[in-house]
Amino acid sequence: MTAPILAISRLSVVSTRDRALILRDVSLSVGRGETHGVVGESGAGKSTIGKAVLGMLPRTVRVTGGEIRFQGQDLLTTPQASLRRLISEKIALIPQDPMTALNPSRRIEGQLTDGLRLTRGLDARAARAVALRLLNEVYIREPERVLRSFPHELSGGMRQRVLIAAAFALEPALIIADEPTTALDVTVQKQILRLIRNMQSAHGTAVIFISHDLGVVAQICDFVTLLFGGRVIESGAAAQVVESPGHPYTRALLEACPRYDRPDAGLRPIPQEVIAQLRAEGQAP
Amino acid sequence: MSEDLLVAQNIDVSFAQRSGLFGVVPASKVLQGVTVRVGRGETVGIVGESGSGKTTLGRALLRLIDVTAGRISFEGRDITRLSETEMRPLRRRMQLIFQDPMASLNPRHTIRRIVTEPMLFHRVAINQTDAERSARAIFERFNLPLACLARYPHELSGGQRQRVCIARVALLAPDFVLADEIVSGLDVSTQAQVLNLLKALSRDLGLSMAFISHDLSVVRAICDRVYVLQAGRIVEDGLCEDVFAAPKSDYTRALLDAIPLPRIDAGWLDRSSVAQVSA
Repeated sequence: MTAPILAISRLSVVSTRDRALILRDVSLSVGRGETHGVVGESGAGKSTIGKAVLGMLPRTVRVTGGEIRFQGQDLLTTPQASLRRLISEKIALIPQDPMTALNPSRRIEGQLTDGLRLTRGLDARAARAVALRLLNEVYIREPERVLRSFPHELSGGMRQRVLIAAAFALEPALIIADEPTTALDVTVQKQILRLIRNMQSAHGTAVIFISHDLGVVAQICDFVTLLFGGRVIESGAAAQVVESPGHPYTRALLEACPRYDRPDAGLRPIPQEVIAQLRAEGQAP
Repeated sequence: MSEDLLVAQNIDVSFAQRSGLFGVVPASKVLQGVTVRVGRGETVGIVGESGSGKTTLGRALLRLIDVTAGRISFEGRDITRLSETEMRPLRRRMQLIFQDPMASLNPRHTIRRIVTEPMLFHRVAINQTDAERSARAIFERFNLPLACLARYPHELSGGQRQRVCIARVALLAPDFVLADEIVSGLDVSTQAQVLNLLKALSRDLGLSMAFISHDLSVVRAICDRVYVLQAGRIVEDGLCEDVFAAPKSDYTRALLDAIPLPRIDAGWLDRSSVAQVSA
């Protein structure tokens, strides 16, 4: 097995306000060309993992232990200046809401070429050529027109494609996709998921895919880590977690998902005894 | 088949041409020749992608917007052209629950005031004590802590807030409820609670419901029949068990094929559906 691109081990994060644990001993890793799904309900700590890797944790939380090794280097002990450079060159984010992630008052061209000019040192013309190639890669039919557009002139699906193009612009080794399709219609979601998968296999990128949707995760991820209350409840190959879950919570969560192919699905809330077990496990040292 | 409660017959809705800040905004037909019937005690799903006209249809059913053609009737009575005053007696009987409970609960009012005030307004309760008694009963039934009554909306969890919205509506004993994307913001476990609650309400109170959702799986879980909207027209309707098992329209097929199910299906991502759905 080759060394993972990202290896998080025993990461713990605490809120500085009320000392509450936001992440507790979370470990997960992702290799080249792999997709690792991080799933859980709201408040499980999914996004905190992404923020920790990107060095974007809010001031109200503090890392109390663990390592985040990116290509062997611990990001938590890397000095701030070189950390920012490393992250901006090697790690990219595909955010949930394409409207807030794009600057509404700038044309797409500028936003897509910033990184290429500032980090890669390309001149405007060369950067534009790369941007056009990227827009072609994400199946945007009129790339010239899109480069001239403002974000509000594009549909939600188009904006998300632009952000995927932007994420791949600097050929990152790792992409954090934080609920990248949650705001989209299912038909558009499927196109975007396919696009992320195709781009990733073409570029050999490792992807951390954060989602609340077990269906999406089952279809796109190789590995899955399920969180509850900041702890890892279950992790393993996607096929194993989804088809033969080991923890009662995983089973209950799968049962709670409505599915159009089963009339009785989606009506079973998580049983009280499962919640009680999770709490008891959470208390244990 | 159950007796019709609310029927929209062949309705059109257009947003008229108007002059906007940047010139003339052309007229657009949002709904064309749409027919929907909701029977007594029936839960009907309205599905479609964003922009298909789901919410507009819901608002037309409640007479919150006017139709440009067609007819809307409630208990057999034509309500298409009733004035706001004439509609008022019907308002209690036709209620609406929104997607975002935070936006539909006044942040400056306590939950107590939020749930009891409509009862007093619609004279469902004779006084505050009476209203409060009903509120407590329904909170117990909905598994909402009674302490919530004294709290403000921001102090509740998302699931609790949505249950408060449903409680507020249920307390008015309506005949018809329009639920517009009411579980989209919730986690699956909370969603299951809310769906169960709605199911129990429609069973126990004989409530009729139109359930608008972009999520076909949720509609499958809760609705008896479903209407599929595409670009302002109904492309398919029928019993859920028929439509979901064997959709007749390519569009419905495409929508179903695009839903990722929590199971391993190696070819799913690369499978294209029969119909090309507009991007």
